[in-house]
Amino acid sequence: MAFYLKGAKVPHKKSTSGMSAIRIDAPKTVTIPTVMHIGAPATPVVKAGDSVQVGTLIAEQNGVISSPIYSSVSGTVKSVAEVLLSSGKNVPAITIESDGEMTVNSEIKPPVVNSREDLVNAVKQSGIVGLGGAGFPTYVKYGADKPLDIQELIINGAECEPYITSDSVNMIDNAEDIAFAIDNLVKYLNIKKVIIGIEKNKPKAIESMNKIADSRENVQVKVLPTLYPQGAEKVLVYHTTGKTIALGKLPIDVGCVVNNVTTIAAIGRYLKTGMPLVEKCITVDGSAVKEPKNVIVPIGTALKDVFEFCGGFKAEPKKVLYGGPMMGISVPDLDVPVLKNTNAVLAFAEKQVNSPKATACIRCGGCTNRCPFGIDPSAIARAYKKNDTEALEKLGVELCMECGCCTFACPAKRPLVQTNKLAKAALRVAKAKEAK
Amino acid sequence: MDNKLHISISPHIHSGASTQRIMLDVIIALLPATVAGCILFGLRALAVVAVCVVAAVLSEFLFNLIIKKEQTVGDLSAVVTGLLLALNLPANIPLWQAAVGSVFAIVIVKCIFGGIGCNLVNPAITARVFMLVAFGTMAKAAFPLDAVSSATPLVQLAEGNTPSMLDLFMGNVGGAIGETSALALVIGGVYLLVRRVITWHIPVAFIGTVFVMSFLLDGFDVMAALLWILSGGLFLGAFFMATDYVTSPPTKWGKIIFGIGAGLITILIRFYGNYPEGVSFGILMMNILNPYIESWTPRKLFGGKNS
Repeated sequence: MAFYLKGAKVPHKKSTSGMSAIRIDAPKTVTIPTVMHIGAPATPVVKAGDSVQVGTLIAEQNGVISSPIYSSVSGTVKSVAEVLLSSGKNVPAITIESDGEMTVNSEIKPPVVNSREDLVNAVKQSGIVGLGGAGFPTYVKYGADKPLDIQELIINGAECEPYITSDSVNMIDNAEDIAFAIDNLVKYLNIKKVIIGIEKNKPKAIESMNKIADSRENVQVKVLPTLYPQGAEKVLVYHTTGKTIALGKLPIDVGCVVNNVTTIAAIGRYLKTGMPLVEKCITVDGSAVKEPKNVIVPIGTALKDVFEFCGGFKAEPKKVLYGGPMMGISVPDLDVPVLKNTNAVLAFAEKQVNSPKATACIRCGGCTNRCPFGIDPSAIARAYKKNDTEALEKLGVELCMECGCCTFACPAKRPLVQTNKLAKAALRVAKAKEAK
Repeated sequence: MDNKLHISISPHIHSGASTQRIMLDVIIALLPATVAGCILFGLRALAVVAVCVVAAVLSEFLFNLIIKKEQTVGDLSAVVTGLLLALNLPANIPLWQAAVGSVFAIVIVKCIFGGIGCNLVNPAITARVFMLVAFGTMAKAAFPLDAVSSATPLVQLAEGNTPSMLDLFMGNVGGAIGETSALALVIGGVYLLVRRVITWHIPVAFIGTVFVMSFLLDGFDVMAALLWILSGGLFLGAFFMATDYVTSPPTKWGKIIFGIGAGLITILIRFYGNYPEGVSFGILMMNILNPYIESWTPRKLFGGKNS
């Protein structure tokens, strides 16, 4: 690797850094959507009136790219009804009324793992998906049907989004789970090398992970510059291994598997206890939140219960996000639930960036000079306006990972990444037409 | 549903950078040269600056008003154009000519092409060349009150005389209001570099090319080459006009090609041309070639088809 890829210097705002996670009080009800992953919705296996405990299967996996879902509380299923997700899709969701006991399902026991197949199956049963935000079913990355040649397992502890510290909390407080998962993954998946990538501004997490690396020959901690989007998959793979993942390729095509450190911790916990993924450590922060905290929350808990636990609001929230301010999704109301892949919920008293008025492009190059992949969003915007899909393809719009550095930096406040998204869609449509 | 929350696509934060702030930085960077010009050439220089800036802002304001376009004078780019043009003019120019030049820069070069970001060539440079042709501006260059010689340094150099290095550095020589003090221009240039408004590529390639070529063409003499780069409008052009975003390439290799090209044209005119100075022509020519340079130097895409 000759150089670091470019990026944007975003504010850190990690005021919850170093705060251990506190478990919130059992919520009265949870609403668990059947889609909290990339892939087909899970199929509900419970109906209204059924009694469930913590860890009871409530929706089973539907096809290869899917993931099972378990109850996060003990109580009674109130309904199985459609809800509108932030993706704009209506999917079935299971609402459970909690009895407040949080009784654990008696069948929960650690999985027996003696082979590669056992391990992959265990991860499949655990309901673990990419917990950094992507939500891709983790077991698929390990080779759902055949062994893969994995040179490097790259553990993503970059945590480059502002505000979020939940990954750091996992690295500091759950190092044993992480180590246990690493040992099992290395052993059964025949992984040659494990690299944990962490941004430089997290010394405690680095120290904690170094303890794991020190006693293991094939585990290494790689300290990375604090530059957003350090945790983006292709950026991280390049910065930890020097390997370039080409357009349309996956990390495994260059012999890598990338997992978020929180995903790894969850695997460790499942292998130790057999408790599937039913709760998440999330960061609660933002200018409207009275007491920013890291909290452990049952999946399906409404955001309003989470904020209430953090002292409520000190100012009326105008914008609430799943995830960080660079790539997070703004939610319509506070009834939406915490999902498997939620790593933070942020509430802001002001609209933050709220589409400031765009002015003419002055061709300063600020966008393309911050794009990790060297795309020129201003040229893409011009080509998109002319509907020139040929130029769009040549400009590499398909490479855009929508990290938002361009829009963040643009002095003319132009909606560049937003236009990239539209341009990608236009190119997809044009290509589909051509294929016909 | 009780929906009071604001919904928008990410990112939800912004760096705070603005076009206005960038233009303000350029104005701040030009202040040392402006102040130096007013000290060297007296109040008359201040009058030229005031006329150019007011004419530039007013003409953009009126143009937008007449064609019913949203007002853009708030972005300060018209101030920058007016100021840059003034610094490129001699202090003894008739004020009406200064005003005409400013209106030409704003209306003809910038506004009718679509305003900020849409001009094909740098407005101030083009206006300077226009005035050189139309009014013979610079033929009767102004001189500081206590200047030793009554020929501009480039004329002296062409005649085989050597101006004093110290005078050149401080600006105590004949020339345009803002071009004579290399010291003031370097202070402004460094400010722009520190603020990351510009990168080093164009100024270094431009000034470096002029230095090397002067060294080769003027008797392999380092001191002579130094005199050549300190004379005329090179520093003003290289730091403030060649680096104009709209009319220069975005990539580092594009910038280097741009700078070398501008330097070569400058040298050709200085050594072999009819005009004593070639910086404006150098920049203008490269402005025109810029689309080609941009297409020759595409940015390498990470993991893309051209990588």
